[in-house]
Amino acid sequence: MSSVDLNARIPNNVDLKTDKKLQRALEKWLPCYQSWWGEVGPELAADKEVYLRTAVAVDKDGWAHFDYVKMPEYRWGILLADAVPDRKIGFGDHYGEPAWQEIPGEYRNMLRRIIVTQADTEPASVEQQRLLARTAPSLYDMRNLFQVNVEEGRHLWAMVYLLHGYFGRDGREEAEELLERRSGNADKPRILGAFNAPISDWVSFFMFTMFTDRDGKYQLLSLAESGFDPLSRTCRFMLTEEAHHMFVGETGVRRMVKRTCEVMKEFPDADPREHGAIDLATLQKYVNFWYSISLDLFGGEVSSNAADYFASGIKGRYREERQEDHLALEGCYVVPQLRDGKMVDVEVPLRNAMNEILRDSYVDDNQRGVDQWNKTLTQEGIDFKIELPHRRFNRQIGIYSDAEFDPKGNPLDAATWASRKDEWLPNEKDREYIDSLMKRVVEPGKIASWIAPPIRGINGNDFDFEYVRL
Amino acid sequence: MSPVGDRPISFETHPDRYRHWKLELDDYVARLTMDVRENEPLDEGYELKLNSYDLGVDIELADAVRRLRFEHPEIRVIVISSAKDRVFCAGANIKMLGSSTHGFKVNFCKFTNETRLAIEDASRSSGQHWICAATGTTAGGGYELALACDEILLIDDGSSAVSLPEVPLLGVLPGTGGLTRLVDKRLVRRDRADVFCTVAEGIKGKRALQWGLVDGIATKSKFEGLVKDRCDAALAQPAIEGRVDPGVALPALEPTVEDDSIAYRHVTVAIDRAGRKATLTIAGPDDDYPKTADEILEAGSDLWHLRAVRELDDALLRLRFSEPEVGLVLVKTTGDPGAVVRADHALHAANSWFSREVLLLVAEVLRRYDCTAKSFFALIEPGSAFAGTLVELALGADRAYALDDPDDAPSIRLSSLNAGALPMTHGLNRIQVRHLKHPEKAAELAAAAAMSRLPGDMGTSAAAEVQFDPESAEEAGIVTIAADEIDYEDEVRLAIEERVSLSPDALTGMEANLRFPGAETMETKIFGRLSAWQNWIFQRPNAVGERGALTVYGEPQRPSFQWSRT
Ligand SMILES: [Fe+2]
Ligand SMILES: [Fe+2]
Repeated sequence: MSSVDLNARIPNNVDLKTDKKLQRALEKWLPCYQSWWGEVGPELAADKEVYLRTAVAVDKDGWAHFDYVKMPEYRWGILLADAVPDRKIGFGDHYGEPAWQEIPGEYRNMLRRIIVTQADTEPASVEQQRLLARTAPSLYDMRNLFQVNVEEGRHLWAMVYLLHGYFGRDGREEAEELLERRSGNADKPRILGAFNAPISDWVSFFMFTMFTDRDGKYQLLSLAESGFDPLSRTCRFMLTEEAHHMFVGETGVRRMVKRTCEVMKEFPDADPREHGAIDLATLQKYVNFWYSISLDLFGGEVSSNAADYFASGIKGRYREERQEDHLALEGCYVVPQLRDGKMVDVEVPLRNAMNEILRDSYVDDNQRGVDQWNKTLTQEGIDFKIELPHRRFNRQIGIYSDAEFDPKGNPLDAATWASRKDEWLPNEKDREYIDSLMKRVVEPGKIASWIAPPIRGINGNDFDFEYVRL
Repeated sequence: MSPVGDRPISFETHPDRYRHWKLELDDYVARLTMDVRENEPLDEGYELKLNSYDLGVDIELADAVRRLRFEHPEIRVIVISSAKDRVFCAGANIKMLGSSTHGFKVNFCKFTNETRLAIEDASRSSGQHWICAATGTTAGGGYELALACDEILLIDDGSSAVSLPEVPLLGVLPGTGGLTRLVDKRLVRRDRADVFCTVAEGIKGKRALQWGLVDGIATKSKFEGLVKDRCDAALAQPAIEGRVDPGVALPALEPTVEDDSIAYRHVTVAIDRAGRKATLTIAGPDDDYPKTADEILEAGSDLWHLRAVRELDDALLRLRFSEPEVGLVLVKTTGDPGAVVRADHALHAANSWFSREVLLLVAEVLRRYDCTAKSFFALIEPGSAFAGTLVELALGADRAYALDDPDDAPSIRLSSLNAGALPMTHGLNRIQVRHLKHPEKAAELAAAAAMSRLPGDMGTSAAAEVQFDPESAEEAGIVTIAADEIDYEDEVRLAIEERVSLSPDALTGMEANLRFPGAETMETKIFGRLSAWQNWIFQRPNAVGERGALTVYGEPQRPSFQWSRT
């Protein structure tokens, strides 16, 4: 593909037209990306027209352009949020210095690692979700799935742009490897464990977009603070797309809750499962599972890497500008730790607690979503509250991973955990039941038994709009 | 000061008691699996995460290396690997290093270096081929451990890398032979080595193979197959004859340790802390030393050579780690010099796998003696047995004083083992080192020593004996000062008093420079160049100052350097 074609095909605001380095890198990478998409992108849809949003520019009119498009022909673009004039580094040892437009040599490897780790999750989630179109509960949901998928693809592009643009040969190699790793492949797994399990049912998909994508949001928010300006701008633009993914998750769960309430009211003495709905206890278990594994993605509570990233000005706190002390050299953060069966408050230097501080914001944000679900329960007159389990519950990473805790955060011995964990996490039977519900419904305006239709459709269209032309 | 620096440490362990390793045997192949228990460090204040190691972990490794040679002579391949997911070994524990005294750090590094050299010696001399099967992160000391093996196999999973991140992350060196083995053993191009040693995250997969950092890569599903192929290839090589089961068990030495003494069967150490010195005495063999190869094997761990050097080894380690202020060790021997020579000749003549293994251990322990940062004065007095293997203690000492008592002069004798069977780290033997200016003199002495085992079987022929009185021993380069009974006591007393008054740092440096004249080898580079620079860096503000890289590693602050270079 010639560079002229490249520029026409790829919406961008990075001056691709004149950037020889980027052109050269993309000429080689683009065909690999396309064959990757063909191989592990969403199945059953390559030749179908899907009503998708494409970002063609970063301004108000440009970022949400709707039209039918076949996914392999989607125009993945390279778009950065507008530069902030005279932007300064907002935290860490370089606080107040001008933001870097090029990578400082001493942080090159550190930045590369952060970018590659973030980038790796984007194609991973596409791979994890590739079979879901088979069991979409409605055309509307199928379309949302595809929207999420193409945007995760674009997020990969955004990260690859940074690798191509700023990391030379190493960056090009890393960009290639991003297309070589595969979610769940024992030989070439994705970097983070949570991105190696397939998402085979829609309950999990909604939970993933609610909880796991929200981890992505907070990682992006903290990188949006970065002293490396191109990274900051890239992440700021990605956040606009990420908001939609969380919308899919949050409303998806809310619609499941609503459907269950309707069934409960109609058949007050029956198990909602008898009527093809998902009982609230099972939904709670899925919440417990996905929330806890998403908490792991923030990393260890006490982390020297986190301290390094902050000190270097590479990864800041959520809304750093709202903080008073941008050096974070003074003061401690209290992290309760389990010592001899009791929780004891341990003081950690602030910089080493950056993962935990970010996790705090994440927890609060989730609670706001859960409150919406509970509002639905109240409106429907059902006496049940969905609760986020304690952050110590079911953790595989960090200081709480060595012990067991109940959903309230109380320590448990191993035997109690083993005998009770099926009450708290989806068990074999729950998964079998959820799997039994996963049947494809694709007639416009129709929907599966276990979920309520959305209040409104996409871009002013109705629910029964033909979102995918099958 | 770290408690590790003060508390006596036991260097004895056994596979039944390993906490951090698992040793499994299957015909000719041993599997040595690293599974470090996070919560069982040797000292408080750090956790052994990600298969990082401290002295306790390395003592077990050293034990395994030695036992594989003696107890399992039939083993021809050792596969060293990790039981942890996605990590082989993260190297020496940084928190432990950061909180240790300088002296402990230096001794820790020296010990771990000696362990890795023992692995290479086992490979070179005992026909035991070491394969490192790295199924995850292989960083710093972890990669240095891999470098000590004959082959390094790395899993190719898109993320597992080999790395030496010490310079970029910690502001120190990969001091366990890493830099040296990269360019001197694996012959990695020095410009690539330069790149490799400054990329904290290391190099993985194909490029690691291309650059010669590893010998094989395979994906997860093919990795065990690759390991098996390499084991089979190693087993297809000709085996050293006679190395068959059963080996010789090495029971615990269990010395009697008092506040100021350590007593073993043949070795005793008397510590004079106020005088900053110790006296190390080794008793020679009795005259019932076994005569034939079979009898020698039957004696097993009770064989005088084996028992005595194991005791010497343990004593040296205790002196290094637990007696930092003892700067001078007076070395004495007791017994019948003739019995030592006869024992040496019997051992030499046996020429069995076991006798050779014993000799290799004698040589290894003598090298540990050479590399101990304390002054050694050999005191050759009436009743002493500086003969054969025990002469090496005088030849390895910084000085040797002999009491030239006309009525009862000590007899100093050479055996065939002094002619080259006990090489130093740079490949020369200690007689050669004494006569670098007159190599023909060394050759003549060596030839006479070698001849002393012949013609009679087991060297019984008195005619061939090579022996010296103190005066001729001075001439022969064995004795520094031979003094008569009137002068000796004062001479020695003054020398001791002077020695313990000198700067211990300067003495360490001086001795390390004077003890190893002649060409360099990889080993001498590790102990000389690498360790010396490391020990300098370990003292510098850029590593250990308030904002030094080692100090602030894992802390909220980034390091801050003084930029001047010399
Ligand atoms: Fe994303
Ligand atoms: Fe997303």
